[in-house]
Amino acid sequence: MLKSLMKSKLFWPIVILVIILLINLFFDRGFFQIEVRNGRLAGSLVDILNRGAPLMLISIGMTLVIATKGIDLGVGSVIALSGAIAATTVADASEGSLAPLFAAIALAIFVCMVAGAWNGFLVSRIGVQPIVATLILMVAGRGVAQLVTQGQITTVYYDPYTFIGGGYLLGLPFSIFIVVAVLLLALFVTRKTAMGLFIESVGSNPEASRLSGINSKNILMMVYIFSGFCAAIGGLILSSNVASADGNNAGLWYELDAILAVVIGGTSLMGGRFYLMGTIIGALIIQSLTTTIYSIGIPPETNMVVKAIVVLIVCLLQSPEFRSKVFGSFKAKKAVESEDDKGVTLS
Amino acid sequence: MKKLSLDYKQLPLIATMSLFIVMFAIGSMRYTGFLSTQVFLNLFVDNAFLIILAVGMTFVIISGGIDLSVGSVIALTSMVAASLTMNAGLSPWIVIPISLSVGTIIGLGQGYLIHYYNLQPFIVTLAGMFLARGLSYLISVESIAISSPFFDYMAGTRIPLGGGNFISISVVIALIVVLFAVYVSLFTKFGRNVYALGGSEQSALLMGLPVARTKILIYTFSGFCASLAGLVFTFYMLSGYALHANGMELDTIAAVVIGGTLLTGGAGYVAGSVVGVLITGIIQTMIVFEGTLSAWWTKIAIGVLLFFFIVLQRVIVLRTKPK
Repeated sequence: MLKSLMKSKLFWPIVILVIILLINLFFDRGFFQIEVRNGRLAGSLVDILNRGAPLMLISIGMTLVIATKGIDLGVGSVIALSGAIAATTVADASEGSLAPLFAAIALAIFVCMVAGAWNGFLVSRIGVQPIVATLILMVAGRGVAQLVTQGQITTVYYDPYTFIGGGYLLGLPFSIFIVVAVLLLALFVTRKTAMGLFIESVGSNPEASRLSGINSKNILMMVYIFSGFCAAIGGLILSSNVASADGNNAGLWYELDAILAVVIGGTSLMGGRFYLMGTIIGALIIQSLTTTIYSIGIPPETNMVVKAIVVLIVCLLQSPEFRSKVFGSFKAKKAVESEDDKGVTLS
Repeated sequence: MKKLSLDYKQLPLIATMSLFIVMFAIGSMRYTGFLSTQVFLNLFVDNAFLIILAVGMTFVIISGGIDLSVGSVIALTSMVAASLTMNAGLSPWIVIPISLSVGTIIGLGQGYLIHYYNLQPFIVTLAGMFLARGLSYLISVESIAISSPFFDYMAGTRIPLGGGNFISISVVIALIVVLFAVYVSLFTKFGRNVYALGGSEQSALLMGLPVARTKILIYTFSGFCASLAGLVFTFYMLSGYALHANGMELDTIAAVVIGGTLLTGGAGYVAGSVVGVLITGIIQTMIVFEGTLSAWWTKIAIGVLLFFFIVLQRVIVLRTKPK
């Protein structure tokens, strides 16, 4: 029973998450308390969910991209772009009507999906490596975002806009509902339709999938568009949280955090199998790590060092060479080594 | 047939060179005062650190890898140099070796992890990037201004070249690094191993080339270059700051790609990367001369150029691939 539980890809991420949360309990006895304030739930756990919402969204998109053996470095810039477009649209809107809000959301999502389609086009049609193809948008996207905001930090004085990131529904932060909706959408499309299988097959072998009749190019295209969509919503939440848009700094480092979340969640960077729930837990781990570092009074600057060490440990644990060296007995190590030798001579 | 494929591989380099000349010509025609030796020399003065970075990165990319940690290593080196000089009051003869070893050790560690645990260079150097940036924050969150006779001398000395033109000591350092790297890449065993590794790691291994040593040495060299660039950057800014060189790894990769190195590995020239750096420099100079354009146009222009060169590379790879 325990063994099959441990074999689940979700086991270790959940253990790590629980350990991080328990560390918090050690320093702050009231950490798990959730109370109702002004008809809203409040507490550290709700806070982690709320603040982690943009990262969870972006990581969902990133998971599907990584499942196709790709990577999307452009998400950070797309976040900035989405916030910049939305904030500029509603900057001078009058309080009375909700029309500018929907216009802003639609425009931001549309432009970011176009940006995603651009990445998808480069990867699927021109055949550029994903790291490189999305690098273009990573560099230029931030420039375009600054172009939209004219290099200024655009401040929004339109109240409905702040609802996306700061509003509450049924006592819970509205952003959590957005995450759940997008997650359900992704889960439905990938687990209840053949789409998930297609993505995994394109990730493990694009040529074989093409020969078996899957339109790999369109699958790739869709995955990048979806990543753009997720980044757009994440950008809306982030920009709505602070009621402003900053083309230069919004979403900085988010691509890295998202990749980290996906990797912690058990999806391999080599493509193939993907685990959306694992990714969500990965994103929560990163967010609770940040919260922990703040709450127990370690200087927040340590955050990056801790993240770096976590990435390395997770990657090393995923590496067969490392596992055999550290965990394997001498015999097992030898077996792996001779297998490696065979692989080299054969190929 | 062989000659044809060689020509194709040199196409990006030729395109880069012509682009540089065309851009310089356009600049000279549009703006008064653009066509001067000093404007040209300033491209080197203002981008000496980027040239050094690009040299290290060229080896990494030719070998088929990538190094995302270089920007953060610059910040870390500047912090180490600044805090050792200002807070510990050490002499530059101690500070410089320590600063240089910072990046070298990080590079060595990355190369070790990449080779022996078969991890992706991308993710390892990503971790290195976080680590270096985080460590520099740990040294100090505030910027540390440097005022020491040695650093002032390195920053302020102008080497006259006649006719009122000058270069800085940093430029000399950068040029020495470039010459050394050109020699190593074209005329030594190590250089050939790097190209072989980028062409096909499996074949390199079967040929009995020292893959492990070469790979680790490549990342160590890139780390060393990043630290040296960090020192040069410190001379340029005269301060240490954890936010220095934010995103510079991307500028470096862009310069290397624009300089004609194939991102798939196996082909490219150190000299091309230098021209790549000069092109990003000239874009900035033109934007300064234009006066009305804002800084973010640089990012957009570099993005467009990146796109152009990547598509060009793709065409070349498709053409040269045996069908």
